[in-house]
Amino acid sequence: MKNSVIFDYKQIKLKPTIMHIIVCISHVPDTTTKIRFSGEMSALDTQGVKWVINPWDDLSLTRAIELREDAQSGVARLTVALVGDASAEPTLRKALAMGADDAIRIDADPADSYTVAVQLAEALKEEDYQLILCGIESSDHNSSAVGGMLAELLNIPSVSSVSSIESQQGSFVVVSESEGGREKVRLNHPFLAVCQKGVAIDPRIPSMRGVMSARTKPLKVVTPKGSDAFTQTLTYVYPQAKGQCRFFDDTDALVNALKNEAKVL
Amino acid sequence: MSILVFVEHLDGKLKKQAGELVSYAAQISPDVTLLAIGKVSQDELAKMGRYGASNCIHIQEPGLEMQDNQAYARWIAEIAEKEGTDLIIMANSAFGKALAPRLSVRLKAGLVAGVVDLPTTDQGFRVKKKVFNGKAFAMVQILTSRKILTLNSNACPLIEKPTELQYQVFSQTQVPANAAMELVEKSQASSGNLLTEASIVVSGGRGMRDPSNWAHLETLAQQLNAALACSKPVSDEGWRSHSEHVGQTGKTIAPDLYVAVGISGAVQHLAGVSSSKTIVAINTDKEAPIFEVADYGMVADALEVLPMLIQSVNKLHSS
Repeated sequence: MKNSVIFDYKQIKLKPTIMHIIVCISHVPDTTTKIRFSGEMSALDTQGVKWVINPWDDLSLTRAIELREDAQSGVARLTVALVGDASAEPTLRKALAMGADDAIRIDADPADSYTVAVQLAEALKEEDYQLILCGIESSDHNSSAVGGMLAELLNIPSVSSVSSIESQQGSFVVVSESEGGREKVRLNHPFLAVCQKGVAIDPRIPSMRGVMSARTKPLKVVTPKGSDAFTQTLTYVYPQAKGQCRFFDDTDALVNALKNEAKVL
Repeated sequence: MSILVFVEHLDGKLKKQAGELVSYAAQISPDVTLLAIGKVSQDELAKMGRYGASNCIHIQEPGLEMQDNQAYARWIAEIAEKEGTDLIIMANSAFGKALAPRLSVRLKAGLVAGVVDLPTTDQGFRVKKKVFNGKAFAMVQILTSRKILTLNSNACPLIEKPTELQYQVFSQTQVPANAAMELVEKSQASSGNLLTEASIVVSGGRGMRDPSNWAHLETLAQQLNAALACSKPVSDEGWRSHSEHVGQTGKTIAPDLYVAVGISGAVQHLAGVSSSKTIVAINTDKEAPIFEVADYGMVADALEVLPMLIQSVNKLHSS
């Protein structure tokens, strides 16, 4: 009798799928920049503003770079995408210096979250991607909207409040953490993760070599498609100045003020 | 104007902000419908009648293992279509951030997130929202006929407007499980004092000098029924968990009372706490930026003041 060939399917090493991650970034004033408005308070006064990658996008990008550098992850390409005019290009070059392979700039005015999401969706439809990352919020408009809108426009699943992304055998395992609890979910691509702190703790600092190589990495400029904004920002106002801080030497007096004056105890 | 208010709950209890959302809606229109998903009792939902909700739609059994944003957005959009909803109001919470943008696209409804005040309607629908991490506010006009707002906590006080609440169960179309998603594990948040829900937050910075000194802050937090928080350097050092970090990339909170102990108040920190109603700061440096936003302050060493503060609170409680 012939020996039957035992074939163990688990032994077959599947070649990892070649994966492509796209990170959507926005270009915002540095948090320490003083915010002023011009044109009768209708627009941000950009004079003297230091521009940076939005802090949450920076963390998302940092995690994507780590996955790109991990030979086991199967991630072979990392693209950054941004909606904005040519003045935002240094921000894209910085992302390339950090470790992205190529960049897309959609040459449109980021008028509102919906416009930005539509422009990104139109441009990303042309791409073959497995995972899209967005930061949970931008530090300029604080709207937390582009990621969810983009997922709906592309008709792909999304996980929000993501605090961890791991690559496991050709799929991704993400942790979503919120007030309600924690969910660990395995996702088949393509999908979109809206990331918070935790995916990375501190952003990647570009190396000198990264900065040099970023100059020659491909940066594609895309003509925008027509789209109507859903909202329009009319004017800005400054918060009311806070009254002077009242100083105490004595904890009894402080507690008394909290109880009887502020009425918070 | 027909308004749909989405309320969240935890451990069968409506979240603190639910009443604020309903109070806000009832000031815009008498036609306020409550929407809830998941395990919460009819009696608990009926409490919202007190603030002016006249109708309640409850998706009792979502039948989903995990938070599938696509499925939730589909249900809420379906309800909004059926009810002829003009305005959807949600909390600017993790859930609101996950769902509102999807609904905005699905319903072609302009979204303004992080709203802090009632709308004005004499020249189109305009709302005030927080921008630049609290360094400014923007007046935003919604250009679409349907609208979605997510509200920051403390955007509206609770206003009593007793209304009889009609309750109905929504029998949803069964949504097939999303083939692309598989739940690996799940844990419910403990019903302890949630940082983003707490009325009082006690927070420590590098001025606490050592993680072992947190015992003082824990005692104070217990006395005040407060949640604990920390600054970024503290969580970066590993003294406390990242889940306690409040500030720009950490959590944004808006409690009634924020007590900052040994925190200098870098602009990134203030971004996460500046919406607190009352801020108390204890710091050795009188020039520390935290005193620019604080209402009450003590220029003193954290470790010297904390035992005295604990005593003073004790005295107050026993008097």
